[in-house]
Amino acid sequence: MRNNIDIEMDLFYTMLRIRKVEEAIADRYKEQKMRTPVHLSIGQESVAAVVGRQLYHEDYCVSTHRAHAHYLAKGGSLQAMISEIYGKVTGCCRGRGGSMHLIDTAVGFMGSTAIVGNTIPIGVGLGLSLKLAGHGKVSCIFLGDGAVEEGVFYESLNIAVLKKLPVLFVCENNRYSVYSPFSKRQPAERKIYEIAKAMGATIYHGDGYDVLASHDVARCAIASIREGGGPCFLEFETYRWREHCGPNYDNDLGYRTENEFLSWKARDPLEVFRVYLVGKCRVSKQVIKKMEEDVDQEIEVAFELAETAPFPKPIEAVTGEYKSTEANLNCSTYKGELTT
Amino acid sequence: MMQNMTYGAAINTAMHMAMELDPNVLCFGLGVDDPKHIFGTTAGLQEKFGEQRVFDMPTSENAITGVGIGASLAGYRPVMTHQRLDFFLLAMDQLVNAAAKWYYMFGGQVSVPIVIRLIIGRGWGQGPTHSQNLQAWFSHIPGLKVVMPASPADAKGLLLESIFDDNPVLFLEHRWLHDSEGLVPSGDYRVPIGKARIVREGEDITLVSMSYMTIEAIRAASYLEKQGISCEIIDLRTVKPIDWNAIFASVHKTKKLIVLDTGVTTGSIAGEIIARICMECFSILTRPPVRIALPDNPEPMSFGLTKHYYPSNESIVRGITSMLSVDHDLSVTVESPVLHDVPGDWFKGPF
Ligand SMILES: Cc1ncc(C[n+]2csc(CCOP(=O)(O)OP(=O)(O)O)c2C)c(N)n1
Ligand SMILES: [Mg+2]
Repeated sequence: MRNNIDIEMDLFYTMLRIRKVEEAIADRYKEQKMRTPVHLSIGQESVAAVVGRQLYHEDYCVSTHRAHAHYLAKGGSLQAMISEIYGKVTGCCRGRGGSMHLIDTAVGFMGSTAIVGNTIPIGVGLGLSLKLAGHGKVSCIFLGDGAVEEGVFYESLNIAVLKKLPVLFVCENNRYSVYSPFSKRQPAERKIYEIAKAMGATIYHGDGYDVLASHDVARCAIASIREGGGPCFLEFETYRWREHCGPNYDNDLGYRTENEFLSWKARDPLEVFRVYLVGKCRVSKQVIKKMEEDVDQEIEVAFELAETAPFPKPIEAVTGEYKSTEANLNCSTYKGELTT
Repeated sequence: MMQNMTYGAAINTAMHMAMELDPNVLCFGLGVDDPKHIFGTTAGLQEKFGEQRVFDMPTSENAITGVGIGASLAGYRPVMTHQRLDFFLLAMDQLVNAAAKWYYMFGGQVSVPIVIRLIIGRGWGQGPTHSQNLQAWFSHIPGLKVVMPASPADAKGLLLESIFDDNPVLFLEHRWLHDSEGLVPSGDYRVPIGKARIVREGEDITLVSMSYMTIEAIRAASYLEKQGISCEIIDLRTVKPIDWNAIFASVHKTKKLIVLDTGVTTGSIAGEIIARICMECFSILTRPPVRIALPDNPEPMSFGLTKHYYPSNESIVRGITSMLSVDHDLSVTVESPVLHDVPGDWFKGPF
């Protein structure tokens, strides 16, 4: 059955929720209470949504510095994420990681990290564990177009192909690494997916702003991995709307043109999909309005909880080096008087 | 002639000067020609010296480092830059197995005159992977030089010296120093590698510091001066090789030593200094030396945790007064004008 209405509503909901969460972070960043670098996914919601739709909590997922969308689409707790960005003890890393380090093991989101390429081999290792266990599960690795420039990408892809591991590589090609356009980093005519193909992965390539087509791609790829077909590499064209790091727009810096941004914005997958649902699928505006209100409400609660939650106890700043408490006590070099 | 400028501008001036003096000096790395120019430090270079000598690079730290080494073997003097020290960790093979070894391993025939600029982050939720102070790691590798200037003048003088040094030099810039200001000599000003600076002379105790900890040391010493305690501050400037004579001389005078380190405690430069001072000045010391460094933990991201993670100038004051066994009213704190996780109230995030 092709993209029935439940799936479509689901995709819309996920994109909408990510957009609203990210915008809420951007709006409130100036309050100076989220004191950590944030890399927002506004403009890139659709890829996370279509891939997330095809993954179960039992599947694994790892990601990058720009992970909010992936974490949410995989089912990660919104409250734990917002609290983490506020550095609170209720955060998904107890305030140790921040926006660039998210985790929710309950839903298979095994970690996002801030070093480009860092989680790629880790996702392959999670894939190895799934192959050993043999249950038709998938390990999904999100990466950017910049990460393809790291040697570890090739090493990891080679291992995944060689060992025929159940790994999904999802490359979000948003054309930039910080302020460096693709052509300054890789030959302009380069197709990343062709590298993956030459290395032996099954590849798909598509317009990330075409939600239904992208969803089909994700569905086929993940189904083939589950059946033991080995790693797939998906490359989606997409676009980041805000600055590389932080809450603002930055087209004024001159590293890309306002027109380029506007041409992507005009195709905003969220709005295109809203029109599609209301027009073609005859979803009532009331239903969508209700959905928006529920999301707003959920976000309000998440921020409220984050703001009112306590910081971790001071002692956590100087302990926790190892898993065993005894080892920590033996090794601690801290001589101060922080209470537990 | 002296000019007032920021630490970041001093680095920029040194880059311009070096590239003018020697056409073999190259500048490359992620973002060196982007609109933010590595916090302004590479501004104007590409316009002046062209895309052949000043260029962006792919996100390929290990390869970039090797490329720099290769070019240096053929006579170039590459200056490579990383926005955070942590990103450079992908290049450990090229740094340790090639750059540090080449000269020695091949019988002293060809050396590797590269400079690697590394920026150390702190606060504003930089967290575990954007804030590491790994100077002790680098110092542990024979063949590398490691400099950590604290003042704008030293930033300029040491960068020029590093670029024209014939060995690999790691040039560590603390992010909290880029906007600090000071007088900087104009022209081709050089500061020798391996030479410490006596920031202030004193009688009662020797404080040895590096990089941003020098700023904290100065704050603590100015405060204690009003309490009648006289601190001598030695800013190492270079942490490999260390200017031992400067430390010996000061310890001979004060007989007491506290070493301040921006890195974690175990295996630190501070530990190395205390070991050597204990070995060579044991009979002179009237108190056991102390090191003030970070706890053996990664930097936590949370605003609520970094306050307890970083030693403040108050912890330094406490360390000094307790070593001197003087009573000190801890309710009178050292002035701290801004929130603990930013270098000044001009900093509004995110990086
Ligand atoms: C090893 C390493 N090098 C450099 C950086 C600095 N950095 C942070 S994000 C980023 C951009 C990476 O681009 P891409 O993978 O395309 O991801 P995007 O930001 O576009 O989502 C860079 C270079 C880093 N975090 N880690
Ligand atoms: Mg990108």
